[in-house]
Amino acid sequence: MGYDFDVIQRSWGYLFKEGMTFTVTLTLIAMTGGIVFGTLLAMMRLSAFKPLSMLAGAYVNLMRSVPLVLVIFWFFFMVPYIGAWITGADRPVQVGAWLSAVITFTMFEAAYYCEIMRAGIQSIPRGQVWAGYALGLNYWQAMGQVVLPQAFRNMLPVLLTQTIILFQDTSLVYVISATDFLGAASKVANRDYRLVEMYTFVAVVYFVISYGLSMLVKQLQDRIAIIR
Amino acid sequence: MGYTWHWKVLLEAEPGGTGTYLQYLIVGLGWTLATALAAWIIALTVGALVGTLRTTPYPWVVRAGNLYVEIFRNIPLIVQMFLWFFVMPELLPTELGDRIKQMPPPWGTWIWAVLCLGIFTSVRIAEQVRAGINSLPRGQRMAGTALGLTLGQSYRYVVLPQAFRIILPPLTSESMNIIKNSSVALTIGLLELAGRAKAMQEFSFRVFEAFATATVIYLLVNLVVVLAMRALERKVRVPGLIAAGGAPQAGH
Repeated sequence: MGYDFDVIQRSWGYLFKEGMTFTVTLTLIAMTGGIVFGTLLAMMRLSAFKPLSMLAGAYVNLMRSVPLVLVIFWFFFMVPYIGAWITGADRPVQVGAWLSAVITFTMFEAAYYCEIMRAGIQSIPRGQVWAGYALGLNYWQAMGQVVLPQAFRNMLPVLLTQTIILFQDTSLVYVISATDFLGAASKVANRDYRLVEMYTFVAVVYFVISYGLSMLVKQLQDRIAIIR
Repeated sequence: MGYTWHWKVLLEAEPGGTGTYLQYLIVGLGWTLATALAAWIIALTVGALVGTLRTTPYPWVVRAGNLYVEIFRNIPLIVQMFLWFFVMPELLPTELGDRIKQMPPPWGTWIWAVLCLGIFTSVRIAEQVRAGINSLPRGQRMAGTALGLTLGQSYRYVVLPQAFRIILPPLTSESMNIIKNSSVALTIGLLELAGRAKAMQEFSFRVFEAFATATVIYLLVNLVVVLAMRALERKVRVPGLIAAGGAPQAGH
């Protein structure tokens, strides 16, 4: 059997306009949502109010102990019921693979971003918080204007590295048949029976993007290291 | 929420006729562990080797090691699964490729899952090993050389025994990751725990009973791994040598 790499060119639009757009949009939304929710979780985990910190801790540990594939399944089947519960409908609400994926990855990655932000917050000397309180700042002001900007900056390379992992992990939406980059390639591969060509191409594209981004993160890391 | 639980489904017979759904899932756990353990052996061996080679004074060896790490770190695990399962047999000599394809199921899938997961994880272990070795003062290796040890000897008797103790905590999380990541093998058709939970959901329509049971089993396995690794850490601890504190790391 000969190889036919033309199949890539023929399906270029579908692969990138449809597939890669899905992947990149999902990554960006889950990153933003995940960092916001993760930072809140980190603040909860570090809270002196025990029930709050235990609740956040339980959530983070649960998410981190279960395979992502299983979490994707959970949300895929659970979101319709939650939707029905919120809207008061008596039947599960139909939710597509896209919305389900967005919710899953935001909730799942939040647990990982939380641990990074927790380390970031803990890297700021406590005296700074006390100094903030002494100046009359309340908790949210001290956090938002003193601690978090520094924590975020210190952790920026790790947060970005986690985002590269997130970018790669979004390919697992394959299990709910979503049309992300891999999903699109796999549909073309099976339609034209060009599995070798398509999967090799997918691997190369993921490699180029992830490797490129990781080089950028490395540069950023060096720059931050010099400033500090 | 309009979901009625029906936990008794776990004791009902699964359509394949091998027993109850609970037994079906537990056999899945067996496959999860068999995959993870076999892959763990590959990952530790290759990871320790590549990680060590990347700290040697030979630039070409270091470069080859770096290349290996970058390749397998920057391609998603599921894509790597597909490469091994769909692409590799076509690139192998026809005879060997056919022989693997003709292996009785699920071995023809399992073997690729193990290879893929083993190599994917070996990269992460190589990074840990390299970081562990580099965290040791350079003077130690020099002292080894001054005492007349060869490079190999100073690795064997000075560097590696300490490096492996330092990286035990991150190895714990890698051993949990490899168990979790083995679930990706369901995409090439290996019926391990997550795959069987999905199959059970399809057969019985009991969505949440299937996934909840699988989740509880994963949590229990995690607990066992953590306890076992803690015991190992205590057992090999050298008095006075403090294990490295965990720097924050990205992961999945």
